[in-house]
Amino acid sequence: MSEEKTLKISKIEDGIVIDHINPGSAMEVLSVLKINGKSGFTVSLLMNVRTSKGNSKDVVKIEKKNLRKKELDLISMVSPNATINIVENFVIKEKFNVSLPETVHDIIRCQNQNCVTNAKEPVKTVFTMEKKGDKLLYRCHYCERTMTMDEIRNSITK
Amino acid sequence: MLKKKDIVNIGDISNEDIFKVFENASKFKKKLSKEEKIKTMDGKIMTTLFFEPSTRTRLSFESAMHRLGGSVITVSEPKSSSASKGETVADTIRMASSYSDIIVMRHPMEGAARLASEFSSVPVINGGDGSGQHPTQTLLDLFTIWEKFGTFNGLHITMAGDLKYGRTVHSLIRALNRFDTTISLVSPESLEMPDHIISTLKNPEKVIKSKSLDEVLNSSDVFYVTRIQKERFVDLNDYAKVIGSYSFDIDTVSAMKETAIILHPLPRVDEISPEVDNDPRATYFKQAENGVFVRMALIDMILGGE
Repeated sequence: MSEEKTLKISKIEDGIVIDHINPGSAMEVLSVLKINGKSGFTVSLLMNVRTSKGNSKDVVKIEKKNLRKKELDLISMVSPNATINIVENFVIKEKFNVSLPETVHDIIRCQNQNCVTNAKEPVKTVFTMEKKGDKLLYRCHYCERTMTMDEIRNSITK
Repeated sequence: MLKKKDIVNIGDISNEDIFKVFENASKFKKKLSKEEKIKTMDGKIMTTLFFEPSTRTRLSFESAMHRLGGSVITVSEPKSSSASKGETVADTIRMASSYSDIIVMRHPMEGAARLASEFSSVPVINGGDGSGQHPTQTLLDLFTIWEKFGTFNGLHITMAGDLKYGRTVHSLIRALNRFDTTISLVSPESLEMPDHIISTLKNPEKVIKSKSLDEVLNSSDVFYVTRIQKERFVDLNDYAKVIGSYSFDIDTVSAMKETAIILHPLPRVDEISPEVDNDPRATYFKQAENGVFVRMALIDMILGGE
């Protein structure tokens, strides 16, 4: 199915298209990228678009935007199946899937209120991914407590 | 090799080093029994920073350093220190590490010891961080078990009481699970061993939750009893019910194996009746005494260079 048929908004000249976002999570993606009406970016947003496979997805197009590593990590945590398209002169120059990072620096706030990273100490949080069966967890380098993906999503989209 | 190493959690010490600590602790125990003078830490200074109350850990660390011929500087009352003026742990540690060769710290926040180790220019030993870890308590617990049985393999260990907030059991279960042990956990539902500890275990299938002490009384080799704190219960009637189910009196003890031992990190309140103290299975005071020898071995290995 062509993009013209699927998408109801025009192509962008330069910027990024974040595709295959979990249906209903587009607002969360914008939230973690700290993009709101006041940030000046031209943003197109599609929610619950039908894919050629009969599933649903969200799509976000942001004009004149580059993504940093930290922002890619944030997107992966909100929507691990998202793909990033980098567009230049209306052409997709690069396309890749986001991937959940093994180690996350300065993104997740430890939900353990008694963790030293929640005190006024000069440290940034560090979390490391652990796989327990089909469950993904991130463990705090300092207090060694774990957070589930749902807990992380809640924490970073607040 | 523990030379110049931080000891933040029990994972920082290999099994090989655990047995080296035992070997050295036994050596120091013998020397002290013969009243031999030890001077391996002559000229070395230890800073003890206890931001939370401590009796045994603090005294045994300070005693260990003095017995090795070293000296100790300390803050007698954390409330009088700069921490009370809002100084960060990071700054306090930077300062303390410039005054001494090794730092022992206890702090009410989890992860404080890891943070301290990152800001210190000298080795940091975790003397307990919130409900996190207490690795040196684990070493002396292990040493006491090893002295009795000569091995960990094949042992059945029961941990009873507050397994949620008790940091000693959080470290101990990790260490024991590295050996061929069976571990039974007996606790009120609200004070069960947290998942974030179970998920760190190498052999979680060797850990069994038991409903009551009765199930494990005649099969366990080691009973590790922890204090159930009254303040964890909103309703004191609930506390009264719980403490009855997890306490050890002479009848409980008589149902145990003759060769079993009872350990407790102390202080105990209601969970072990004083009448048990004279039973040969009561090993908790010997365990506390071992704290000095084990900490001597550890300090000597970190600063001495074995």
